[in-house]
Amino acid sequence: MFRIIYRETLAAKIHLFKMEAPAIAKKAQAGQFVVVRIDDRGERIPLTLANWDGKEGSVTLVFMEVGATTFRLALLKAGDSVADLVGPLGVPTHIEKFGTVVCVAGGVGAAPIAPIARALKEKGNKIISILGARSKNLLFWEDKLRSVSHRLIVTTDDGTYGRKGVVTEPLKELLEGKEKIDRVIAIGPSIMMKFCALTTRPFGVKTIVSLNPIMVDGTGMCGCCRVSVGGVTKFACVDGPDFDGHQVDWDLLFARQRTYLNEEKRSFEQWQAQVGKRC
Amino acid sequence: MAKVNLNREPMAKQDPKIRGRNFNEVALGYSAEQAKAEASRCLQCPKHPCTDGCPVEINIPGFIKAILDDNMPEAVRILKDKNSLPGICGRVCPQETQCEQACSLAKKGAPIAIGRLERYVADWERTNMGALNPKAMPPKPTGKRVAVVGSGPAGLVASADLAKLGHSVTLFEALHVAGGVLMYGIPEFRLPKEIVQTEVAYVTSLGVKIELDSVVGKVVTLDELLKSGYHAIFLGTGAGAPMFMDIPGENLNGIYSANEFLTRVNLMKAYKFPEYDTPVVVGRRVAVIGGGNVAMDSARCALRLGADEVYIIYRRSEAEMPARREEVENAREEGIQFKLLTNPKRYIGNESGWVTGIECYEMELGEPDESGRRRPIVKQGSEFILEVDMVVAALGTRPNPLIAQTTPDLKTARHGTVIADEITGKTMKDKVWAGGDIVTGAATVISAMGAARRAARDIDEYLKGI
Ligand SMILES: Cc1cc2nc3c(=O)[nH]c(=O)nc-3n(C[C@H](O)[C@H](O)[C@H](O)COP(=O)(O)OP(=O)(O)OC[C@H]3O[C@@H](n4cnc5c(N)ncnc54)[C@H](O)[C@@H]3O)c2cc1C
Ligand code: SF4
Ligand code: FES
Repeated sequence: MFRIIYRETLAAKIHLFKMEAPAIAKKAQAGQFVVVRIDDRGERIPLTLANWDGKEGSVTLVFMEVGATTFRLALLKAGDSVADLVGPLGVPTHIEKFGTVVCVAGGVGAAPIAPIARALKEKGNKIISILGARSKNLLFWEDKLRSVSHRLIVTTDDGTYGRKGVVTEPLKELLEGKEKIDRVIAIGPSIMMKFCALTTRPFGVKTIVSLNPIMVDGTGMCGCCRVSVGGVTKFACVDGPDFDGHQVDWDLLFARQRTYLNEEKRSFEQWQAQVGKRC
Repeated sequence: MAKVNLNREPMAKQDPKIRGRNFNEVALGYSAEQAKAEASRCLQCPKHPCTDGCPVEINIPGFIKAILDDNMPEAVRILKDKNSLPGICGRVCPQETQCEQACSLAKKGAPIAIGRLERYVADWERTNMGALNPKAMPPKPTGKRVAVVGSGPAGLVASADLAKLGHSVTLFEALHVAGGVLMYGIPEFRLPKEIVQTEVAYVTSLGVKIELDSVVGKVVTLDELLKSGYHAIFLGTGAGAPMFMDIPGENLNGIYSANEFLTRVNLMKAYKFPEYDTPVVVGRRVAVIGGGNVAMDSARCALRLGADEVYIIYRRSEAEMPARREEVENAREEGIQFKLLTNPKRYIGNESGWVTGIECYEMELGEPDESGRRRPIVKQGSEFILEVDMVVAALGTRPNPLIAQTTPDLKTARHGTVIADEITGKTMKDKVWAGGDIVTGAATVISAMGAARRAARDIDEYLKGI
């Protein structure tokens, strides 16, 4: 059992859990993830680490309520536990001194990108971050990202906060600008990562994305997470989740992410009905 | 001597029509009368060829005689002397290529049903001896600590044997339950999970501490384990990484590895969705690629989940199929259709990325290859299309590289198997032993157990010397 030490709601339907997990906290690195299972009925879902504290023995997870499992997770309170927390999984993000790095975060992507930006900054990179959300009520961690960046640009699709528009617009301007951009890291919804990769491609700037296919074990045992990168099949959980965005077969990723659309809806509705009855 | 009786006692099974729709155990086991009738056929051969055919050398005539003598506790004792998981082996061992093949009556086509008798004794123990399990005096603690990695048959046996010798054992398992393939791979209808968990509980009752959710190589490396005070390590991490054919269309939706399909169904209980959260999408027309136990299990699971037509596509002929004979028969009785001498060329999908068909080749058999089986060769121009909406690829597995990647001095061979001494299981790395599928590649439960037992003995020798 893994206890929730602290929880907080960061934005509309976006929650932060700090979990007691000393062994994972000791080994975690930026870009890695954990697999969570709530209880015996639960499914196994991957969540990228938003933070960890080896001394305190904790890891921090941020998730958005999008389906049955995240809906059920959100019902848990500080002091409650989940049955399983496995990690740290996946290959850590490659950190070295590149020069100037643009970190693009869309939606919940703000959480996993923060430790990556921090690690890159500590290595001596100049960090320009772009934080985008659909609307102001979905934005969080602006301060955190600012503290690990030399410059931060905030966008909202509807213009309720920061600059109106999507993250690829300031990204394109940066690429066209005077300053040489050495690397781009994009984390967020798959469609946003795809468009970031499309934006950087003509400029030939290496663009790392963190893929989020459906997973089961997260240890290379099932192949559920297969993605195609540069024409070669990879298991995202052990070969990634970070890949070169210019090499990713995005259509395949989108199709595979939709595998259980009907089942996910059915499960989500069932849980909502059950919880509704209890209240 | 009485006349040789060539009537093998049949074992009752669920009716194929009914069992094809449920996950309850197919084979129902012998009654006491049946067990005695079968046991009475045994010739008590002084040279006991069956024992020589058993990978762990069970005194087979001995336990059979105990059944006849109505001395069931003695039958249990004899079995468990060599095999700590008889309830599992009696159900899943390929007896027809081991003990029963060697049986003197095999030449007459009616070997003693050793597997069924083994199962009978183990089930008798579970229901009758239960708590009264030979609770030996707890051994004197040696003060030596051993880390066992992986909780499949190899890890369970190594842990139990080492704990019985007084060593302090911690068993690390990546998944959220212990049991390895016995839990996530082999389905309930062939091996009830309750039996596996009884064995796991027995191992913990010996004082073994089980750490679930612990992926060694990620959360802790072998060197870190050694540094933190473990005196020795046994690796029993199996061969759990699925292989694919690398042909066009293999990543279409609806194409599962057998590991994924079976894990969803058995471990995550997707057959009870939405009561359980994990879904699985089962097609109406399902093709399973492969001819081993894994393929049979996948096909029979798909049938039970409601598929109308289930095909086994196998590139050689039935004679070369590595699956247990009994399971091939069970599958056929249930209505699984065999497309032998057939191999996929590519998968065909629709606009939304779901599989709709397989283009297959017909095959023919050539000269024997390095496995001794006749090599399948493509018949040119034989392509045809099989319409399916789901595929399970049961094409074999190889060891997961996570530990080898973080342990440079652990030497591995082609296909990622860990190099270890055939007898002792000692690897090239100091203080580390290995056994089971991680060394041999995908093999059998009994060979994993045998290797673990030999390694435990060698580890004990080593620990006594330090
Ligand atoms: C579907 C199926 C049907 C089968 N049917 C039969 C049959 O009828 N008869 C038969 O004899 N054999 C059968 N087999 C083969 C048999 O199950 C295996 O040979 C046997 O289980 C191997 O045992 P093992 O202990 O070596 O490995 P496994 O049973 O594979 O156990 C390995 C364990 O290690 C864990 N692990 C892996 N990596 C790590 C890590 N880094 N850290 C921590 N833990 C880790 C895994 O999660 C797993 O629990 C079947 C296999 C399958 C898949
Ligand atoms: S363990 Fe397997 S091979 Fe040995 S006697 Fe039992 S059934 Fe036969
Ligand atoms: S999630 Fe199973 S192999 Fe990646």
